[in-house]
Amino acid sequence: MEILVQQLFNGLTIGSVYSLVALGLTLVYGILHIPNFAHGALYMMGGYITLTMMTKYGFHYWIAIIVSILVVGLLGVLMERFVFHPLREAPPIHDKIAAIGILLFLEAFAQFVWGAEYQSMPTPYGQVVEIFGLTFTMQRLLIVIAAIVVMILLTLFLKKTFTGSTIIAMSQNREGANLVGINTKKVAMLTFMISGGLAAIAASLSAPINLVFPGMGHLVILKAFVIIILGGMGSVPGAILGGYILGFSESLGATYISNDYKDIIAFVLLVIILSAKPTGLFSKGGH
Amino acid sequence: MSKIQRIVILGLILFAIVFPLISNNDYFIHVMTLSFIWMIGVYGLNLLAGYTGYLSLAHAGFFAIGAYSLGLLTVKAEMNFWPALLLSLFITGVLGFFVGLISLRTKEHFFAIYTLCVGYIIYLVIDKWDSLTEGVRGLIGIPAPANIGPLTFETLRSHYYLVLFFLLLVVLIMYRIVHSLSGRTYIAIRNSEDLAQTIGISTMKSKLTVFVISTVIAGLSGALYASFVRFIGPDIGSIAIVFDFLTYLLVGGLGTLSGPIVGTLLIVVLSQRLQFLQDYRMLVFGPVLTLLIIFYPRGIVGAVAAWGQKRRSSVHKTRLNNLPEEQVKEG
Repeated sequence: MEILVQQLFNGLTIGSVYSLVALGLTLVYGILHIPNFAHGALYMMGGYITLTMMTKYGFHYWIAIIVSILVVGLLGVLMERFVFHPLREAPPIHDKIAAIGILLFLEAFAQFVWGAEYQSMPTPYGQVVEIFGLTFTMQRLLIVIAAIVVMILLTLFLKKTFTGSTIIAMSQNREGANLVGINTKKVAMLTFMISGGLAAIAASLSAPINLVFPGMGHLVILKAFVIIILGGMGSVPGAILGGYILGFSESLGATYISNDYKDIIAFVLLVIILSAKPTGLFSKGGH
Repeated sequence: MSKIQRIVILGLILFAIVFPLISNNDYFIHVMTLSFIWMIGVYGLNLLAGYTGYLSLAHAGFFAIGAYSLGLLTVKAEMNFWPALLLSLFITGVLGFFVGLISLRTKEHFFAIYTLCVGYIIYLVIDKWDSLTEGVRGLIGIPAPANIGPLTFETLRSHYYLVLFFLLLVVLIMYRIVHSLSGRTYIAIRNSEDLAQTIGISTMKSKLTVFVISTVIAGLSGALYASFVRFIGPDIGSIAIVFDFLTYLLVGGLGTLSGPIVGTLLIVVLSQRLQFLQDYRMLVFGPVLTLLIIFYPRGIVGAVAAWGQKRRSSVHKTRLNNLPEEQVKEG
C-alpha cells in the first residue's frame, strides 16, 4: 500500500513535468500546425541556463529560473521569426526538417559550451518532509505545486485576458483572426515565447531530481508528442490530462511491470492509439 | 537522358571503378565504401520522403533490423552470407509491411511522430533484449560475405566493389521506378493525395509498396554495413542515424535521383576535413539543414537544375520560368 502511494506521488511528479512540456508543444501546434521537434532542445537549454545561472553567477534558484524562462522564450521567438515564419507556406515536411535542424544545432551547441558529461543541479529544497507517515522530498512537492500554479495561471491568461483570447482565436481560425484585426505575427511570436518559457520551467523544476545533459530532451519530447496525440493536438486541457495519465502509467508500470521497459510504455500506448484512431484521440475535425 | 548526362554518369561509374586501383590509401577506400553504404540507405529514405512525401523517422530502425538480422543469422545461426542476406531483406520487408500497414493510415505530422516512436521502440528492443541481441555489448564477429565461386570478399578492395555493385543496382532500380508509371503515381500522391485518389489511384496500395521497397533498401544498407564493419551495437538504430540520413538527403536534394550521392559524398568528405569537429559537426550541419530547407528545399541538385533551367530559358528568351519570386504572402 505504501509503495502504491509512493508510486502514485512519483507519477504525479513526472506527470507534472510532462504536462508542462506538452502544454508548450500543444500551444504551438494549435497556432501554427507544426510539430516542433526542437521543443526538446528548448527544454534542454532551459535546464542548462538555470544551472549556469546558479553555479556560475550564484543566482538564487528562483531568479535563475526567471532568467532561464526569458532566455528560452526569446530563443523560441527567434525560431518563429527566422525559421517557421518564412516556411509558413511551404509543404508540411519542410517545417519538420527545419525543426530537426534546429534541434541538432542546439544539442551540438550545448555539448560545445557545457560539455557532454552529466551534471547535477543543486537545489535549496533538498530536505525531506513527512506527511501521513510517508516521506517526500521538498523538490518533488515543489514540482507538483509549481506545475499546478503555472497551469492555473496559463488557463486564466488564455481565458480571461484579451491577449490570451487572441491566441485561442488564432488557433481556432487563422484567417478569421486576421480578419477581425488580430496581429497574427505578434500572436505567433507570443505563443513561441510562452512555449519556450514553459519548457524552461519544466526543465528547471525537474533537473534537480534528474540530471542535466545534452540529450536530456530526447525522451521528454517524444513523450510530449505521445501526450498531445493522446489529448488531441492543440488542446490545452488534453495536454494536462494526457501528461498526468502518462506519468501515472509510467510510474506504476515501472513498479509492477518492468523497470527496464518503462520508457517503452508511452510509445506502445501511442502505437496502439494511432493504430486504432489515425488522427489521435479527441481530435477535432477540420485539420 | 541527354547525351551530356550519359557521359557524366558513365564517367562517374568509371571513376568509382578505378578509384581503388589508383588510390593506395586504404583509409580513403574504407570511407568511400562506408559512404556508398549510407547512400543506399538514403535512397531508401528518398523514395518515401522525397517522392511520396511521407517523412519516415523509423528508417534507422529498419537499417538496424537489416544489420541485426544479418548479424544474428550469420553469427548465431551460422548461416552462409548470401542466404542470410536474402533472408534479412525478407525479414525487414515483412516488418516494414506490417509497420506500413498501420502507420500509413496516419498522415503528415502523425506519420512523422508515429514512425519516430516506432523507430524508438525498435531501438529500445534491440538495446534491452540482451539474450538475443547482446544488448549494449553489441554483436561481434560478423563474417565477411562468403565466396561466390572464384570471387572472394575478404579484402577491403573486393568489399568496395561488392558495395559499389549494390549501390549501382539500387540506383538503377530507383531510376526505373521513378521513370515508370508507378513513379509518377508516387509523385502524384506527394503533390496531392486527395487529387490522386480522385483520379483513381489506389493511394494506400501505392504508399504501402513504396514503404516496403524503402524499408527493404534501408535493410540492405544495414546488412551491408554489418558485414563490412563486422561489429554492430544498438546505436545504429538510434534516431541520430535517421538525422544523418536526412542531412545527406536534404543537402543533396530531396526528391532528386542524384541527390543522395551528391549529399552523402559532400557531407562525408566535409566531415573528414572537419575531423576535429567530430562531436560538434552538427553545429555546422544543423543550421545548414535549416537554411537549405528555407532557401533551397530541393538541395544542391535542385538548385543546380533550377539554375540550368533559368539559364536555358533566358538564352531562348522565353523567360517562362522566370516567374516573379517576390510574391506577397500575407495572412
